[in-house]
Amino acid sequence: MAKMIGAPVKRKEDTRLLTGNGMFTDDMKLPGMLHAAFLRSPFAHARIKGIDTDKAKQHPGVAAVFTAADLFGKVRPVPTMWYVPGADLKAKDRSPLATEKVLYAGEAVAVVIAEDRYIARDALDLISVDYEELPSVTHQEKALAEGAPLLHEDVPQNLALLWKAGEIPDEVFAQAEVVVKQRLYNQRVIPNPMETRAAVAQYNPGGGELTIWCTSQNPHIHRMIYSDVLGVPESKLRIVAPDVGGGFGAKIATYTEEAVVGHAARELKRPVKWVEERREHFLATTHARDEVIEVELAGNKDGTFTAIRVKNTANLGAYLSTFGAGCPTIDFGLMVTGAYQIPQAEVVTYGVYTNTTPTDAYRGAGKPEATFQIERMVDLFARKVGMDPLEVRKKNLIPTELFPYTTAMGLLYDSGHYELTLEKALETAGYEALRKEQEELRAQGRLLGIGISTYVELCGFGPSKVAGAIGFQGGVWENSTVRVHPSGKVSVYTGTSPHGQGTATSFSQIVADKLGIPIEDIELVHGDTQSISMGWGTYGSRATAVGGAAVAIAADRVVAKAKRIAAHELEVAAEDLEFAEGVFSVKGVPGRTKTFQEIARSANFAWNLPDDVEPSLEAQSFFDPTNFVYPFGAHICVVEIDKDTGEVMLKRYIAVDDVGRVINPLLAEGQVHGGVAQGVGQALWEGAVYSDNGQLLSGTFMDYAMPKARFFPKIEWQYTETPSPVNPLGAKGIGETGTTAAPPAVVNAVMDALQPFGVEDLDMPLTPEKVWKAMQDRREGV
Amino acid sequence: MYRRCNISVTVNDVERQAEIEPRMLLVHFLRETLNLTGTHIGCDTSQCGACTVLVNGEAVKSCTMLAVQADGSRITTVEGLGEPKRLHPIQQGFWEKHGLQCGFCTPGVLMAMVGLLRENASPTEAEVREALEGVICRCTGYQFIVDAVMYAASEMAKTAHAVAESHSVPIGEGE
Ligand code: FES
Ligand code: FES
Repeated sequence: MAKMIGAPVKRKEDTRLLTGNGMFTDDMKLPGMLHAAFLRSPFAHARIKGIDTDKAKQHPGVAAVFTAADLFGKVRPVPTMWYVPGADLKAKDRSPLATEKVLYAGEAVAVVIAEDRYIARDALDLISVDYEELPSVTHQEKALAEGAPLLHEDVPQNLALLWKAGEIPDEVFAQAEVVVKQRLYNQRVIPNPMETRAAVAQYNPGGGELTIWCTSQNPHIHRMIYSDVLGVPESKLRIVAPDVGGGFGAKIATYTEEAVVGHAARELKRPVKWVEERREHFLATTHARDEVIEVELAGNKDGTFTAIRVKNTANLGAYLSTFGAGCPTIDFGLMVTGAYQIPQAEVVTYGVYTNTTPTDAYRGAGKPEATFQIERMVDLFARKVGMDPLEVRKKNLIPTELFPYTTAMGLLYDSGHYELTLEKALETAGYEALRKEQEELRAQGRLLGIGISTYVELCGFGPSKVAGAIGFQGGVWENSTVRVHPSGKVSVYTGTSPHGQGTATSFSQIVADKLGIPIEDIELVHGDTQSISMGWGTYGSRATAVGGAAVAIAADRVVAKAKRIAAHELEVAAEDLEFAEGVFSVKGVPGRTKTFQEIARSANFAWNLPDDVEPSLEAQSFFDPTNFVYPFGAHICVVEIDKDTGEVMLKRYIAVDDVGRVINPLLAEGQVHGGVAQGVGQALWEGAVYSDNGQLLSGTFMDYAMPKARFFPKIEWQYTETPSPVNPLGAKGIGETGTTAAPPAVVNAVMDALQPFGVEDLDMPLTPEKVWKAMQDRREGV
Repeated sequence: MYRRCNISVTVNDVERQAEIEPRMLLVHFLRETLNLTGTHIGCDTSQCGACTVLVNGEAVKSCTMLAVQADGSRITTVEGLGEPKRLHPIQQGFWEKHGLQCGFCTPGVLMAMVGLLRENASPTEAEVREALEGVICRCTGYQFIVDAVMYAASEMAKTAHAVAESHSVPIGEGE
């Protein structure tokens, strides 16, 4: 049997999805099901003086209308989950429906439950709310300023948190040979999975059990929090994530709507469904990034770095979302030194409440922002000292012999071979030739740009004791059960909760290799709190490095038990058996064998087991890694700018990633493509824009520019394999690498192309208008 | 309270009749009245293409059309394309080339690309990318979707060729 780990196996999940047989939350239909629609605030900041729901309640087909008053004492506010220590945190939880004030446009004020979704929408129009509009503030720096409108009366200056790490005396910067200072803006983006959020809830009044099917990346976390919010014990609350149409971080957060739907089902004793419209998704599902990042990078004229100091002013939106405090602090702050040896580092983060949708994790969460600032700074530094950015990178990259490497922020990078990925990327790109081509084109007046990003990112969340130390209100280990049925077919249970990553395939590959059985004989079970005892979900590229490792360990335990049974049946000592390709055989005695399937049957029938072996063939692992994992790589982007329109065209994109052991290169490449597209999207097109009075102007796909097929060249992908020492698979994580590496690669390329105009920096997204204006200003000498 | 009207359509070769509200969108009719949930809804503004189906052979965004407008027409949804054991070449292409991740956009993308291949049986990669303009996929970065369509085009050309040779039916004629 061919080795499965490392093979580009086609996905097991595909046939059902390709034939319309997927089961997404909105596809569910339960007898007697009602539909919910939420009334949302048109104002960014307003006092609610009264709500009249009478007409809506009388509308035919309406079962109920709830406002905050109706839920009081029945549905508790939804809390945040990340109490970052030392951050002086003023956490503000979200009420299930707005109580006295609304704090952002789109905040839910009331909910209608009706016979169908058209009627529910009709009835929304019949609710009248008496609002007193208040002055609002959407920009974090303005919100911090004296005299700014206050969102929460007991939070002065709207300062939700202030967090510091490291300290560098001013002299270090005063005495440095070179200091580059830059203010960078990592704009607000919207995750926009193609499936919006949705929930279906069903209550059994007999026993008090409540089931909520919803679009979740981490059903067990949702069970933990909704249990508290709804006052239903975890033993009676079941959360199921059926097929989930992408998450990108937005489906980690715990929201209010799902809880309201759960409560409505309980109160009305009928199933209730809510499906978020795209328009609502823009308003009500978490946004991300939105950080003003001021950096000082100190170093020597020879191009080496000595210290970095970063101030991040982060927009947290109106409330503290689930991971809201962690993204701009721990996730961002600890990674500011990137892939480089920088002996000293200091980070300060101001987290600010504003009248905007709360922000939370988005693919990469904090690491893309950290990578963006350091990778931009490397280029700006190179420009200042008059070197090629490539040379500056080579001078400062952490050399392979220093791994495991402890950074100035105290992180222990597990393993790395940074020069190798860079060399490979340069070779693939033909860097020297590209630079020549650039010169020639420049002579003809054309604008070619080459941008590099040599990134590293922290992912694979675990170990749990670190989670505790950084204030995360939960663990980050992972659970797997490998259950062998009497036939020898296998069910694998995982606490991770995939939503497009192809985990059913990659985890089956792991098990197929361990047990020596065909991959078709293995099914993955995930996303259901009733099937899986506990688990912490899929985000932060943790599925394989933590969840996959648990699967591998559980499978090893199954083999160990099977071996004892086989030894008993073959009447030899276990040491005398070898196991290969699904067959136990007595060493040196040809023909004395038992197949895995035979043992599966005898283990389950239990007619003849050793005295100290319990029936059944099943094993479990609760794997808690000893450290994070740190994938890394080098991306090179080549752009050409249209001088007349400012349009940035991607000519080439080269990505070389090292994510430790690759379980399935086909899936890995798919993750890279998707990640790069999202990163390029942020660099060039995407951005959430608020008007001064807090209206979300980019509130549909008509005015929020999502990446489209025709803007991309073929991505040239390669990988190297530097195994991680922290898990038995040696795997790292790949889901976020593209989103982390791409924005600076693209922006560096554009700035490189704009060198003839002397443009040093532009804020993302680099829209044609912005680029054209920058050139035009220089042309006119403004 | 609401006026209702009768429509009759042929969906995936099966004739279906229903009494519906005239304001009902075709996509809701397919998903909720006919329980064909393979067709998805990704936006409210006809931008994403998740809801694409064939109406009388043409790729149409079913969120942009009222069900009553489809009265009397032939509709093909993803459920009518192929079966798990007998995939349509476009479905096969997506499987071979890893053209899907979460799979939510996929039914719409498949139908849009079937529409493309009906008009242009051997598109270039650039033409495929162009044809994907009305489609948003957040997961795949599109490259593997393009590869999948190219695969399907070449497979379909092979079968069309084989059919042409064995039956001497000129390509493009007949149903
Ligand atoms: S749902 Fe029809 S185009 Fe988006
Ligand atoms: S596969 Fe997820 S949106 Fe296309």
